[in-house]
Amino acid sequence: MYAYTGKILYVDLTTGRYKTDTFTEEFARAYIGGTGFGIKTLIDNIEPGLDPFDPQNPLIFAVGATSATMVPCTASKFGIFAKSPATNLLGEAYSTGQWGAELRMAGYDIVVIKGRAPKPSYLWIDDESVQIRNASQLWGKTTWDTEQLIRDELGDQNIRVSAIGPAGENLVRLACLINDHFRAAGRTGLGAVAGSKNLKAVAVRGTHDVYVAEPEGLKEFCKDLYERAKGPATAKYRTLGTPANILIMNAQAAMPTRNYQSASFEGAEKVSGENLNEHYVTKIQGCSACPCRCEHIAEVKEGPFKNSIARMEYEPMMAFGPYCGVDDMGAVIKAKQYCDLYGVDAIGTGIVIGFAMECYEKKLISKEDTGGLELEFGNGAAMVDMVRKIALREDIGNLLAEGVKRASQKIGQGSEHFAMHIKGLEMTGYDIRGLKTAALGYAVSRRGADHQRSGSYSWDLSGKVDRFKAEPGRGKLVMGDEDLYCVIDSMIICKFTRTIWKVYDDIAKVYSLVTGIPMTPADMEKAGERISNLARLFNIREGMTREDDSIPERIKTDPIPSGIAKGSVTTQQDLDIMLDGYYEARGWTKAGVPTKAKLDELGLEAYADIIGKE
Amino acid sequence: MARYKFVSLDIDKCVGCRVCEYICSLEKNKSFNPNRSRIRMVRIYPHTNASLNCRLCEDAPCVTACPRKALTQSEENGVIAVNDALCDGCGWCIKACDFGAIFIDSKRVARTCDLCSTRESGPACIEWCPEKALELTTTDILSQKARLSAVQRLVKSADESKLGEEHAQK
Repeated sequence: MYAYTGKILYVDLTTGRYKTDTFTEEFARAYIGGTGFGIKTLIDNIEPGLDPFDPQNPLIFAVGATSATMVPCTASKFGIFAKSPATNLLGEAYSTGQWGAELRMAGYDIVVIKGRAPKPSYLWIDDESVQIRNASQLWGKTTWDTEQLIRDELGDQNIRVSAIGPAGENLVRLACLINDHFRAAGRTGLGAVAGSKNLKAVAVRGTHDVYVAEPEGLKEFCKDLYERAKGPATAKYRTLGTPANILIMNAQAAMPTRNYQSASFEGAEKVSGENLNEHYVTKIQGCSACPCRCEHIAEVKEGPFKNSIARMEYEPMMAFGPYCGVDDMGAVIKAKQYCDLYGVDAIGTGIVIGFAMECYEKKLISKEDTGGLELEFGNGAAMVDMVRKIALREDIGNLLAEGVKRASQKIGQGSEHFAMHIKGLEMTGYDIRGLKTAALGYAVSRRGADHQRSGSYSWDLSGKVDRFKAEPGRGKLVMGDEDLYCVIDSMIICKFTRTIWKVYDDIAKVYSLVTGIPMTPADMEKAGERISNLARLFNIREGMTREDDSIPERIKTDPIPSGIAKGSVTTQQDLDIMLDGYYEARGWTKAGVPTKAKLDELGLEAYADIIGKE
Repeated sequence: MARYKFVSLDIDKCVGCRVCEYICSLEKNKSFNPNRSRIRMVRIYPHTNASLNCRLCEDAPCVTACPRKALTQSEENGVIAVNDALCDGCGWCIKACDFGAIFIDSKRVARTCDLCSTRESGPACIEWCPEKALELTTTDILSQKARLSAVQRLVKSADESKLGEEHAQK
């Protein structure tokens, strides 16, 4: 096989043993890499109904098909998979930077980690050498310190490290894994899964050659792709970056503000992408083999949050800015940096703190609960401190560390009405009361509230559909988006470059040039549909039903109070209309279950017992 | 007087994307492997990025250091050539080089930038760098650019102070 190493590494932290196995070209062709590899490996290596902190919950790392090649914006992307402690369903998160390419060069496309180490440990993959090393001296350290200490201990500054911080060690259900300082496999609490295994980090160094099937053909095609990647399609990311969305979304009355109490923020200018780039961004750097370079590094030069440094994107700026009513950019950047250092998901943590602020406002929690913090909307310093408290499980941070769903169940007193999550995963930065297609995308997203599994907000915001109207036809749109994103997340292509690819032609072409495996655009589309269905099967096996394809209560009952989306809600009726359309487009039953015919069509007959058919 | 032309980086433009490493290894070894690239990117967090390669030093120290005289420097273009038969991968040249620009390849022979001598359009890294941060230049040209830039800054600040005077008079 070209590009693919064809190798899977299995590590058992309980026994300290490891073994390697291989996968076939057939497997590669059916599941591509990344998402496809991760979900397929997870569903085949886990018993249903497991507690996510059970040692038998496998923590899986998988690189994309085009990992460690010059295909634009793909070299280092990788995914991490496990049963999620946040949702008890499919957990998945993606990261980039430098780590992914290193794993492929070390000789593995997939790593499956099971068991629990008897004491804090880290996994060290050095080409063929695999070691489980003592991490007692690393336990309690930030993710950045962990990377440096491992590099110093092993004497190689080119070692790539994916690590948990104190949050993962404390089994915070929002915990993530950080690599290369500014990159996160952020959502669904996979850092806590690692923590439950006493696994502090996975360090990797690889020196093997990666061969592609047609180097000349690939170079020629990449020349064109690189040019497109420097063109208008990616201009936003290369200039202001995703932070440009703050003012855009604000104008559209689509930006969640004060825990979705409204959809636009009077302080938007202060926490805008324009302000960020003018006064805080010190460098825009790039990920491996990326011609775009979009990593906006921002630094705070003065004030109470002086010397804070973080990579800033729209979502964390939304989560710590308007979502918490904070208009102090210094506080926003500091909060984001704490997330990187302590290892918690920036989006989810902002949402949970916004929730806590509303609880404080409504006197459902007190200053005693917050350890003396005046956790009011707009109090940036309190917000920053609360990030720490959540990571360290201090005071009410201990409850918030359980995620907004569990926290609201415990607090009760009507707080569940404004606990903004779907399936147990916190909402992200799109106000779906006024974005109907996005609302469907969020409701059916396999890992919980998420805009990254479909990107369906594009239809609404571009005006290609009526954003305020729910129609059955949105189902087909979301399905198309989801299947494409499955392919993108399996190759793994950076979504910031998604518009430079002619879908599916260019993707299929690059796939064949790199791997030498024949793939038509139709094959590729089918692979995307296959992976979407496999994810659905996993969740159904874990007990998910149509009821879980839901939207938060507030979305259904509290209208957007102002702006051009004033008065918008998305009702259960709206959702049902769109859900019916979506299930029909997918060839699923009205209960949202894939049919036997659909399974056969996609080569998933082996999983027929999940839908109750022989 | 023109001296040796080498691949030179404008460090302000480097974003650490490593495309140069990927394309160099593909050109020279027909595989992707940044560890075998003759140009190497160094990132120091938070955001210092620089790609380094052979600078064709005058009286190259690596040549002098080699115990087996396996390295020679071309009179014509200053490029360091490795005699694979003589090189035993001892790595003494690495000690001698101030830039880490020479390394021992996986085949246990020394390798360094050869300006893509067999490539029609010249160095691949220059052609592919998305930021146009690399160029083929000489040390003479670099100091010429530095002088020009210095004078432009001087003239600009002279202009600005002139403006200040005009304002003060009003």
